[in-house]
Amino acid sequence: MKALNDLGLILGISLMYAAPLMYTALGGVISESSGVVNIGLEGMMTIGAFVGATVGYYSGNPWLAFLSAGLAGGILALLHAIACVTFTAEQVVSGIAINFLGPGLALFLSRIFFDGATMTKPIQLDNKMPRPLNGVFAQNSFLDLVFNQYVTVYIAFILVLVVWYLLYKTRLGLRIRSVGEHPRAADTLGINVFKTKYLAVILSGVFAGFGGAAMSLAVVSNFRQTLISGQGFIALAAMIFGKWTPQGSMWACLIFGLAQGLVVYLGGTDIAVSSQLLAMIPYVITLIILMGFVGRATGPAANGIPYEKNQE
Amino acid sequence: MNNIDFSTKVIEMKGITKKFGNFVANDNIDLTVHKGEIHALLGENGAGKTTLMNVLYGLYTPTSGEIMINGEKVEITNPNIAIQHGIGMVHQHFMLVDVFTVVENIMLGMETTVKKGNWDTGRLDVKKARQQVKELSKKYGLYVDPDAKIEDITVGMQQRVEILKALYRGADILIFDEPTAVLTPQEIDELIDIMKNLTSQGKTIIIITHKLKEIKQSADFCTIIRRGKKIDTVKVNEVTEEDLAEKMVGRQVSFVVDKKKLEKGEVVLDIDNIVVKDNRKLKAVDGLSLKLYSGEILGIAGIDGNGQSELIEGITGLRSIESGNVILKGENVANSTPKHIIEKGMSTIPEDRQRRGLVLDFTIGENFILENYHKEPFAKKGKLQHTEISKNAKELIRKFDVRPQDENQYAKALSGGNQQKVIIAREVSNDPDVLIAAQPTRGLDVGAIEFVHKSLVEQRDRGKAVLLISFELDEVMNLSDRIAVIYDGKIVSVLDAKEADEKILGYLMAGGGVDDERQ
Amino acid sequence: MMKDNKLKFTIIAILIGLVIGAIILLITGYNPKEAYGIMIRGVFGKPKFISWTIIKSTPLILTGISVAFAFKTGLFNIGAEGQFIIGALVATLVGYFWHLPPVIHAIVALLMACLAAAIWGGIAGLLKSKFGVNEVITTIMLNWIALYFSNFMVFWDKFKRPESEASQKILESASIGLPENWKALFGGFFDAPINWGFLIAILVAFYVRHILKNTTLGYELRAVGLNKDAAEYGGINVKKNTVVAMMIAGGIAGLAGAVHVLGVTREVSILAAMEGNGFDGIAVSLIGANNPIGCIFAGLLFGALKYGGYKIQPGMGAPSEIINIVIGIIVLFIAMPKLIEMFKMKRVKKRGEEVESIK
Repeated sequence: MKALNDLGLILGISLMYAAPLMYTALGGVISESSGVVNIGLEGMMTIGAFVGATVGYYSGNPWLAFLSAGLAGGILALLHAIACVTFTAEQVVSGIAINFLGPGLALFLSRIFFDGATMTKPIQLDNKMPRPLNGVFAQNSFLDLVFNQYVTVYIAFILVLVVWYLLYKTRLGLRIRSVGEHPRAADTLGINVFKTKYLAVILSGVFAGFGGAAMSLAVVSNFRQTLISGQGFIALAAMIFGKWTPQGSMWACLIFGLAQGLVVYLGGTDIAVSSQLLAMIPYVITLIILMGFVGRATGPAANGIPYEKNQE
Repeated sequence: MNNIDFSTKVIEMKGITKKFGNFVANDNIDLTVHKGEIHALLGENGAGKTTLMNVLYGLYTPTSGEIMINGEKVEITNPNIAIQHGIGMVHQHFMLVDVFTVVENIMLGMETTVKKGNWDTGRLDVKKARQQVKELSKKYGLYVDPDAKIEDITVGMQQRVEILKALYRGADILIFDEPTAVLTPQEIDELIDIMKNLTSQGKTIIIITHKLKEIKQSADFCTIIRRGKKIDTVKVNEVTEEDLAEKMVGRQVSFVVDKKKLEKGEVVLDIDNIVVKDNRKLKAVDGLSLKLYSGEILGIAGIDGNGQSELIEGITGLRSIESGNVILKGENVANSTPKHIIEKGMSTIPEDRQRRGLVLDFTIGENFILENYHKEPFAKKGKLQHTEISKNAKELIRKFDVRPQDENQYAKALSGGNQQKVIIAREVSNDPDVLIAAQPTRGLDVGAIEFVHKSLVEQRDRGKAVLLISFELDEVMNLSDRIAVIYDGKIVSVLDAKEADEKILGYLMAGGGVDDERQ
Repeated sequence: MMKDNKLKFTIIAILIGLVIGAIILLITGYNPKEAYGIMIRGVFGKPKFISWTIIKSTPLILTGISVAFAFKTGLFNIGAEGQFIIGALVATLVGYFWHLPPVIHAIVALLMACLAAAIWGGIAGLLKSKFGVNEVITTIMLNWIALYFSNFMVFWDKFKRPESEASQKILESASIGLPENWKALFGGFFDAPINWGFLIAILVAFYVRHILKNTTLGYELRAVGLNKDAAEYGGINVKKNTVVAMMIAGGIAGLAGAVHVLGVTREVSILAAMEGNGFDGIAVSLIGANNPIGCIFAGLLFGALKYGGYKIQPGMGAPSEIINIVIGIIVLFIAMPKLIEMFKMKRVKKRGEEVESIK
């Protein structure tokens, strides 16, 4: 019985940690499918986490907070879009700028809204994201440990499906992908390359914002400086891992979440493995897998290349 | 001529001028095309013909001038509007997404979607599009496999997809941009038949080209463009190829190259049954053997995609050779490093000068030493000797007349012709025993072409060996002493240049004479 | 000609960043003049402050050079952060466990740190050249692995300082600080732990520039960075050079960490998160136009912004993070050369029109 419970604990924690990564990775997939590299996911996730926590605290409404977080991420992404699409900036550099701006703005505003503190005030339990399956299963049973999650976890999985459908089954998706693979071809067929890229980049910011909110409104109950701390980059790795597909990214995020889950679980047991070595595991695994399996995977053909119209 | 309806002026471009900054690409050009015509636009590379058609297709907006379609004045500010007016473009470099299927490429931009009543769900209706493609395909005799990915189909089929894209959008006017560059002589004949078929069904065709022979074979009228200006419009059956060439270039052009008598020497390069794989792990070169003698130009004729690139990369050390030998001056250099092969005496003028041949962000001087930077006098004990590098650069610039004559100019600022001169200067000054020239005149104007040909012949006359690989059959026939034909990764025949003519070569290039079911 | 423009352009970006920062302060009810005033006084007010600014700038100059070097060779070294950590760790280990005479001890510690960090960088280079894995991802992963590895080492009971969240301190013989009796000089300039690190950073900058401009190695690395296809065709070994470039970049970033430890902190702490020296180095490199000498100035600017900037909060209650926002804006504008070009085009067009009308 204990073994089953332990497994449930691990799986449950894994899902909880995977969810924020999934949102953000999906954002990365959308942006890069249109050919715009988005290193700034970290910054967008951070501002989303902050805005989510702040709106959540002051309004008490988690849904309003969640949507605001998406909006914040989208606005930050708009800067990235303007720089990269209209001004053909070096996309990686712009992403780095976003990674300074996101946390910078988040902490700046935090001090303003919360009396100079670099963390937001905690949200009451009732005002966090709801847990729709709370109480359905027996407490601490296997099913309870795995499936009694914040609703943000479920939404994450639904969005994977939605993004997959969008990219591969709809007209908009075909156009986004065409712009990322061969923008000139799309241009010659009358597709507005600029508009399409803008849309994709802004959407990616919205998703990353959701990812941040999935941390501050569910996994914990506030925003603090060390909350996001590299998860945006892990989501980026997950996207590459998943070969720039929504479903691939999902699996990659689950693996990362699992590694994190193992770290937390083993930390609470008597097994005498240094927590530091455990914490390394997800990253080492990634490197090994990248070496062996993903390696030469490349993203969309025109990824990272700014599109300029008058090419003589 | 019988398809032309002279009462309908389908296209009238009046006084079109297009400037890019200070550069005048089109200078007050007038063009009139009637319904049912096949109208050729002739000009050298960079003359402005593609720009003019890009204006017609809405990719560029003209600086001044106006366009009338079927007598009605129109403003074509983007391709959508051009498409609405029935204009379709078949691009020189195919505008196809490699990872999409044929159907996806055709419907991109005007996708058929699932509709529930009046509501457009946005969901792709690939089945419907596939059906429509099949119907069009049958109507115009353009066979394609709708569900194949572009990266998996032949070049010929890719071109048919491009044509179908235009027809799918209801194009009545079709612009073909250099359509024959990638086709065998037989496929060219097929394309000309397709074009005539289209005009008999009321379509109008404009073909952008620099190939005189094809203009004579297919076009009714021809407008010649030189340096952005319209020179003349002629009735094709009233002029000769020489007339057209003269108008295109502005002076009399000789098609014959001056060569000394052939003094063939020893075998200097012996390629023995090599196998080279391409990026998709398929055998691009499949048991190829060839001998090259000093003092000759050996031309390899063939259609793009039959293994030429992989052959060159294989023998120069840029790609691994799976099996077989490459004996250069007695030593087997198969799978040696590029450095060693260069040192051993084999230099290359690469087919993609901007990708392989030059570091565009280096200066001319720095590019000259790309292969020898580590040797004296350019470097001593790992330190670059800037004065020597500069001296060398000045010398080569003078000798090969590179313009501008500034060794500190960045390579990217040079014209195509001058870039090629830098590369040739560098390779020739290595004094190689074998000089490989791959597509050496691609994208160059006539003056630069003459220079390149002269350089190659000079090497040959000095007793060196030249291996020429080119898609321009005329170039191969004019320059070579012997001609080898490459097909499907093998050399299928080697002829004396005197015995070869276009018919025979065309037949061989398409795989004729090979024991093959594909016939 | 090009360099002139780049300098003008960088200065414009910096000014725009400061202006937008001022606007944000205004909107949120703070006085920008006061804030910037505090910052400037915080840097130049006392000799000690100038000293501290130089101290803060030193690791940034070095990580900046590391990133700049990688850029020039076509690689993106986001791993400067991890290489810094490895350098700091190894320097401390050597500084504590080995017993050598003064000066020699310091030099050996620095060299070992460089070597270790070079290997760390080389891993990313190897993964790229052998397996084709993009260095952005590998270096990010390596950053985290370095962080946890460093913490792991600090936890080791032979190395951890009891009752603290840090390692043992390095021995005096390994320090690169300046002599104690200099402390009273120059009105307290040496009151801060200023050390030889700054001089080392400047020397490294010039040496790196020399390598790039005047050596065959530099030529090879630049060729590979600008066009690896042409470099390969010319006979240059692209794979080898990718690894070498990452090793050199790694070594320099490791040197930054070593200098920081041997000169200032004298120890390695347990890190909850990355301190940002490596990431800041990316901004420094960009502001310095990816040029080693430029990094000296950019590093000083950055150090001044950060050191002075962090006095804003205690000084007047305005959030110090305004500096991060200013830096973000500067980097954003540096990423957009086309914006400045458009500015220039407009002026050229205007002049063109004037000429036309005169005609």
